[in-house]
Amino acid sequence: MLDAALLALGQVFTGAHLGFLVIGVFVGLAVGIMPGLGGIAGMSILLPFLYGMDPTSALGMLIGMVAVIPTGDTFTSVMMGIPGSSASQATVLDGFPLAKRGEAARALSAAFASSLFGGVIGALVLSVAIVMARPLVLSFSSAELFMLTLFGLSMVAVLSGRSLAKGIAAAGLGLIVGVIGTAPATGEPRLTLGIDYLYDGIPLVVVAMGLFAIPEIIDLLKRGNAISETTGLGGGWGRGLRDVLRHPWLVTRCAGLGCVIGALPGLGGAVVDWIAYSHAVQTSRDKSQYGKGDIRGVIAPESANNACQGGALVPTLLFGVPGSGSMAVFLGGMVLLGIQPGITLVQTRLDLTYTIIWSLALANIVGAGLCVLLARYVARLTQIRFVYLAPFMIMITMFAAFQATRSIADLVALVVMGAVGLYMRRFGWPRPALLIGFVLAPGAEGYLYQAVQFYDWDWIWRPGVLIIAAITVASVVLGLRYGADISSEGETDPAAAATRPRQMAFTALFLGAALACVVSALGLSFLGQVFPLTVGLLAGGGAVWVLAHLALGRASALHDDDAALAIAGRWSGRELYLALFVGVVAAIWLIGFLPAMALFFPLFLILIGKAPVIRALILTASALAFIYGITTAMSLRLPEGLILATLT
Amino acid sequence: MTNLKSLTLRGLLASAIALAPLTTTAIAQDFAGENIEWTIPFGVGGGTDVWARFFAPQFSEHLPGNPNVVVLNVPGGGSITGANQFAMRAESDGLEILGTSASTQFPAILGDPRVRYDYADWTAVLASPVGGVVYIAPSYGVSGPADIEALRGAEIRFAAQSATGLEMPVLLAFAMLDLNIRPVFGMESRGAGRLAFERGESGIDFQTTPAYLSSVVPLVEAGNAVPLFALGVVNADGSVSRDPSFPDLPTFVEFFEQATGAAPEGEAFDAWRSLMLAGFSLQKMVVLPRDVPAEIIAAYTAAAQAIVDAPDFRERAGEELGAYTQLVGAEADAALTEALQIDPAVRDYLVTWLRDAFNVSF
Repeated sequence: MLDAALLALGQVFTGAHLGFLVIGVFVGLAVGIMPGLGGIAGMSILLPFLYGMDPTSALGMLIGMVAVIPTGDTFTSVMMGIPGSSASQATVLDGFPLAKRGEAARALSAAFASSLFGGVIGALVLSVAIVMARPLVLSFSSAELFMLTLFGLSMVAVLSGRSLAKGIAAAGLGLIVGVIGTAPATGEPRLTLGIDYLYDGIPLVVVAMGLFAIPEIIDLLKRGNAISETTGLGGGWGRGLRDVLRHPWLVTRCAGLGCVIGALPGLGGAVVDWIAYSHAVQTSRDKSQYGKGDIRGVIAPESANNACQGGALVPTLLFGVPGSGSMAVFLGGMVLLGIQPGITLVQTRLDLTYTIIWSLALANIVGAGLCVLLARYVARLTQIRFVYLAPFMIMITMFAAFQATRSIADLVALVVMGAVGLYMRRFGWPRPALLIGFVLAPGAEGYLYQAVQFYDWDWIWRPGVLIIAAITVASVVLGLRYGADISSEGETDPAAAATRPRQMAFTALFLGAALACVVSALGLSFLGQVFPLTVGLLAGGGAVWVLAHLALGRASALHDDDAALAIAGRWSGRELYLALFVGVVAAIWLIGFLPAMALFFPLFLILIGKAPVIRALILTASALAFIYGITTAMSLRLPEGLILATLT
Repeated sequence: MTNLKSLTLRGLLASAIALAPLTTTAIAQDFAGENIEWTIPFGVGGGTDVWARFFAPQFSEHLPGNPNVVVLNVPGGGSITGANQFAMRAESDGLEILGTSASTQFPAILGDPRVRYDYADWTAVLASPVGGVVYIAPSYGVSGPADIEALRGAEIRFAAQSATGLEMPVLLAFAMLDLNIRPVFGMESRGAGRLAFERGESGIDFQTTPAYLSSVVPLVEAGNAVPLFALGVVNADGSVSRDPSFPDLPTFVEFFEQATGAAPEGEAFDAWRSLMLAGFSLQKMVVLPRDVPAEIIAAYTAAAQAIVDAPDFRERAGEELGAYTQLVGAEADAALTEALQIDPAVRDYLVTWLRDAFNVSF
C-alpha cells in the first residue's frame, strides 16, 4: 500500500501530469465561479480532449477540474449572496454580510484557506480510508441514510432564528416543494398540475437562487449604494488566513464531517455545508454574530465542502456508484478512458487509485492558491455602485437558472421562488429552513420507503439508526437552547406589530400550500400519499402555530422590514423590482436571451442607473460578448425566444 | 446588384434566424465545416452519455467532410423530455441526430401519455446491444435451474429503479418463473441496487454486462453471489441465443426450460421478447428523422460501418460495449422496425400485468 502511495506521489509530480492538472484546475475555477455551471459544464469542455489521452494525465485533468468547483463558487456566494452551487449555500449566510460590512477580502481568503485545508485533510483521510472504507459504506443502509436526512432536517432547529414555528412551517414548505414530481415508490405524478416541467421536480439551483439571489439583488437595488457599506477593504486577505489558523480544530472537524458525509452515496454534498454550519454554531460560545458576519460561519462550510469531494470519491472508486453530481461526471470520464471503477480497480490498480487521491490534494492546493491571488482584486467589485452590477447579476442569475433544464419554465420557477424568498425575507422567515426541507425531501421519502420495504419496522432498532437518532436529539436540544440568537433575516422593527394583518396573510399562503398538498395526496395510492400527507400536516401545523403567535402578538414571530414605511403610508418598491424580473423573463420568452439582454441592459443602466449613454452601451456590449462567449465555448444553450421559434 | 441585395438579405435573415446552420447551400454528403448536434436525452456521465461521447469523435472522423459532432445533453422525464424535443425540432438535414436507450423505447411501447415521439418517424443507423445477468445471494442455496423449488419457496427482495425501466423484462422473467419476488422500487441507479444486494438488503439482483464484469464477478469469485442466468440475446427473428459475454451461463429461456420442463410460450413470452429486443438487443441507438435524404443516411451508415470495422474497435470499446456485434444501417433499422411494431395484444398484456402486479397505470 505504501509503495503504491509513494509511486503515485512520484507520478503526480511528473511534468505532464502536473501540467494537465493545472489546466483542469483552471477549467474548474472558470465553471465554478459562474453560478449554475459546475462539473457538468466543465466536463463538456474537457471531454473532447480526453479521447486518446494518456489515462494518468487525463485523470489528473478531470480531478483538477472536479476538485476546485466548490472553491470557485465561493466568489458569488460571498460577493453577491448568490449560492454558486449546492456546496456553498451556507457560506452565503455569513459570507455575504461580511462583504456588506466591507470585509469581502477577509471572508474570501478565509474561505479559500479553509477550502485548501479541508481539501487536503479530506485527501489524507481518503488515502487511509480507501483500503478499508468498504465495510463503512456498506454499513450505511437505507435506514441509516433515512436517519441522516432526519438529522439534516433537525438543523432547522438551529437555523430558524427567533421563531421555531416559522422554521418548521418554512421547512415544511420546502418539503412540499420537494414532493413536486413523481413519487419514488410508485412513479405517480404529485402536485405537478399537469405541467410536464414539474414531473422532474424543480431543480435545486432554481430554488436556491430564487430564494437567495433575487431577494438580495432587490434589497441592494432598494438601498442604492455599493454592496459594501464602507469604503475600505477591511483588513484584507492576511486577516482571513489568520482567522483560519486561529480555528484549526473547527477546520479539522468540519473536514472530517465533510469527508464522511461525502462518502455516503445518496445523501450528496447538498447538505454537508448546512451540517457543518450548524455544527460551528452549536460548538461556539459566542453565537451572537452568526448570520450577521461571523467568520466561523464561512470557515465551517468551506472546510467541509472540499473535503466532501474527497469523501465522494470513496463510493465512486470502490463501488462504481457516484457519491455526488460531479462524481457522476467524473465516473463517466473514467469509463471513457477505459477504466471501470469498482472494487477491481482499487484492488488491482492501487497506484492509479493513489494517483487520483494525490491529484485531489494537489488540485485543492493549486486552486485555493489561485483564488487567494484573485480575491484581492475581485473583492473590489463590492465597492462599485450596485446599479452598475445589478444587470450583470440579473443576467447571470437568469443564465444559471436556464442551464438547469434548458426550459423557459426554469425562469418562471426562478421568479416564483424569488417572490417567495422576497416576502420571506421581508416578514422574517428563515429561508435556509425552506432550502433544507427541499433538498432533503426526496431522500427522506425514498430511504424511509426502502427501509420499511427491506426491514419492515425492525429498522428502528439497528444500532446505526439509534446512534444517529441520539445525535439528532442532542442537536435539536442544543439548537433550541442556543438557536434563538442566529438570524439570517435581520432584526425586528418594533413597528412590526402594526402590519400584523399582512404577516398573517403571508402565513395563510403557507397554510394554503399545506392544504393543497394534503388534498392532492388523498387521491394517490397508499405508498404515494404517505409522505405528502405527513409533510403537508407538518407544514400546516407550523403555519397554524405561526398564525397563533401572530394573533397573540408574540415578538418572536412578528417581523416586517417595511413596517415603518407602511405606517408612514409609503411603499418600499419591492413589487416594482419584482415586476422588473417578470419583465425580463417575459422579454426572454418572447425575443430570446441575447436580444432581451441587449434591450434590458441599456434601459436599466440609463433609466435606473443614470449612466451616460456611451458607458451603458460599452457595458451592454461586454456583457453580451461575455455570455455569448461562454455559451459557445461550452456548447451551452440560451433561450431562443417564441418569435424566432415560430418564424423557423 | 439585385443578386447582391438578395444575398445580403438572405445573409441578414440567416443571421436573424440565429445560428440556424445554412444547410440549403451545403452539398448533401459533405458535412465540411458543419456542426452535427447529437441530442442525448440523459445527463452527462451516464451510460448513454458515455456511449455517445465514445462514438462522437469517431463519427466526426468518418463522416464526409469531418463535421464537428457535438453532444447535447437534454435530461429529464427518464429521457422522454429530450426525445420529445428532438421529435418536435429536428430538421431533416442530417445535422441533428438522437441517441436513445431502453428507457426511451419502453414508454413508447407502453403508450405512456407523455411520449410525443414515434419511432416510425425515425430510422436507425447504429445500434449497440447489451446483455445482463441475474444473480442471487448464496444464502438461498440455489445454484441452478434444478433448485427451482427452493427458489420459489422464499420471498426474495429485489432492489429496482422502476417497474417500467430497464428491469421490466427481468421482472417479467421472474413472474414467468413464478418466483415470489418482492421488488423495492426507487433505486437511483442499477449501481444503487447492487449496493443494496451487497448490504444484504436484497437477495436477488440484475446488472448489465459492463457492471457485472467489473463489480459482480469479484463477488462471485469471493462466494458472495451466485449467477443464475444471463438474459441472452434475442435476435430479430425471435430466436434467443447465448450471450457472447457469458458463453457458460444459460440464457433465461434455457433456465426456464430446465426449471419447468417446457419451453416458454404465450403472451408473456411474446412480451418478454419484445421488451428484450427493444431494450437490450437495440439498447442504445443512433436515430435520424426518417425523411432525411437517402444519401445522408447512406453517409451515416458508411461512417458507422467504418467505425465498427476498424481493427482496433474491439480493443477501444473495451468492457463498455462488451463482446456484442454492433448493428449498422439497414440491419439496425430493420431490427428497430421489428422491435417497435408491437402487437396490440402484447401491449395490452404488458399494461394489464404492470397494473395488476405493481399498481402502475397509464
